[in-house]
Amino acid sequence: MTAISLKNLDISYGPTKVVEAASFDVAEGESFALVGESGSGKSTILKAIAGLAPDWTGEITVLGQPRGHSVDHGFASRCQMVFQDPYGSLHPRKSVDRVLSEPLKIHGISNRDARVEDMLAAVGLDRRFRFRYPHQLSGGQRQRVAIARALMLEPKVMLLDEPTSALDVSVQAEILNLLKKLRREQGLTYLMVTHNLPVVSFMCDRMAVMHKGRIVEIAPASALHDGRFQDPYTQSLYAASGGNPDRKD
Amino acid sequence: MSQSPLLELENLRVSFPTPKGRVEVVKGLSFTLGRERLGIVGESGSGKSMTGRAILRLVRRPGQQDADKMTFDGIDLRRLSERRMRDLRGARISMIMQDPKFSLNPVMTIGEQIAEALRTHERLARRDVQARVLQMLEAVRINDPKRVMALYPHEVSGGMGQRIMIAMMLIPRPDLLIADEPTSALDVSVQAQVLDLIDELVRDKGMGLILISHDLNLVARYCDHILVMHAGQVVESCAASELHNATHPYTRGLLAAVPRMEETREELPVLDRSAWSGT
Repeated sequence: MTAISLKNLDISYGPTKVVEAASFDVAEGESFALVGESGSGKSTILKAIAGLAPDWTGEITVLGQPRGHSVDHGFASRCQMVFQDPYGSLHPRKSVDRVLSEPLKIHGISNRDARVEDMLAAVGLDRRFRFRYPHQLSGGQRQRVAIARALMLEPKVMLLDEPTSALDVSVQAEILNLLKKLRREQGLTYLMVTHNLPVVSFMCDRMAVMHKGRIVEIAPASALHDGRFQDPYTQSLYAASGGNPDRKD
Repeated sequence: MSQSPLLELENLRVSFPTPKGRVEVVKGLSFTLGRERLGIVGESGSGKSMTGRAILRLVRRPGQQDADKMTFDGIDLRRLSERRMRDLRGARISMIMQDPKFSLNPVMTIGEQIAEALRTHERLARRDVQARVLQMLEAVRINDPKRVMALYPHEVSGGMGQRIMIAMMLIPRPDLLIADEPTSALDVSVQAQVLDLIDELVRDKGMGLILISHDLNLVARYCDHILVMHAGQVVESCAASELHNATHPYTRGLLAAVPRMEETREELPVLDRSAWSGT
């Protein structure tokens, strides 16, 4: 079954069209990357799927159900998003415990206490962090909380918007490992935005390259091994990222 | 070029007061820099940016800096009056900051800002100033420099803003350029352009460069020598070409944690932080 299917998606902010005619399918259990430079519209696609950019035309289908333009409770329990900046995406005056129990309250799910505890363990946070506030956590710990918040409703599809670009390399490695482990254990589907090609090589099966609001190429992640891309823009992006220094031709 | 070193640092210390007493963020750093490219790498909080600021004596109070020796081209930077230090900053040592959005003056046109940087340090006729600004903007590969001079910072892109910063920092023809994460606010495709540009200008003019970054591979690509900092101390010092033979476990851990273009590992190795206390 396809987890995410986009057909001829156009997204606008006011009079400006940011994404034009985006179409792709992500299979269930797949990890799919959207890459491109700032302003290419990659984050906008995630926002449209999550319902944060409501001005779109075309078709968005998630797990077989078409997405409408309005707020959708059922949708929130199937698909969740993790944002780029862990410093900005957590409420500064809500403790970790409140952040994690809020989605459960909204959806009327019981046994909150145990669920919060289990989720903290799943994302590798010690119990003592449960009643802390975001400012008492490091960047990596905050991103773990943000991932935990997204997973509270046990969604099947995760939208990841540059989940590690605000973090140091060693912390990035921890978060990438965590995301990989969670995907394996819970059979999640990832749609991930990034501009870091080596991260795609580590995390993803396929990638779509975006340039000026259009998808110029969809390639398997293994194309990163030898840089065998069709589109000239993708080739220049690959070259700018340093190519593959481990392979000498 | 065989000559006396451009910059000599011995036992540099920077500390900040906290309720639990003074905390040292740079703990005894020493290096000698000629007209070459030095990279300082480390994670957040390792003290790399503070080192860059301390060279310009820009550590703000209540922070304190102190060193056994800090000479630039034979001048003892520790004893210089604040006034003489101002003459030196920008003219002979200049610094490129991380984000052009916050370091350019939003209410001055780009042409005026660059001209100001030049006029502060040199007395020139207005026509000569204009000519130098145009020439510098061309050197940083800005198309149509006449038009760009009349623009305000919010009207240009991030990559262009950073090139304007570079133009502003290089126009007084400094001997030493300190670049503190000059490209981390930029896209990958623009990153390479900006660094190639810095590299070319530094080599053409025979300047010294200190490139501060958290990106090991980037520093290895653009520098001759590398210092790896952790918790205020240099844990490894090696030639850039020898980085992959680094010996310190922290450097090895950092190198291993970076995903590769051809990734075959199922899991990335993670630093065991308990081995080094602190950050």
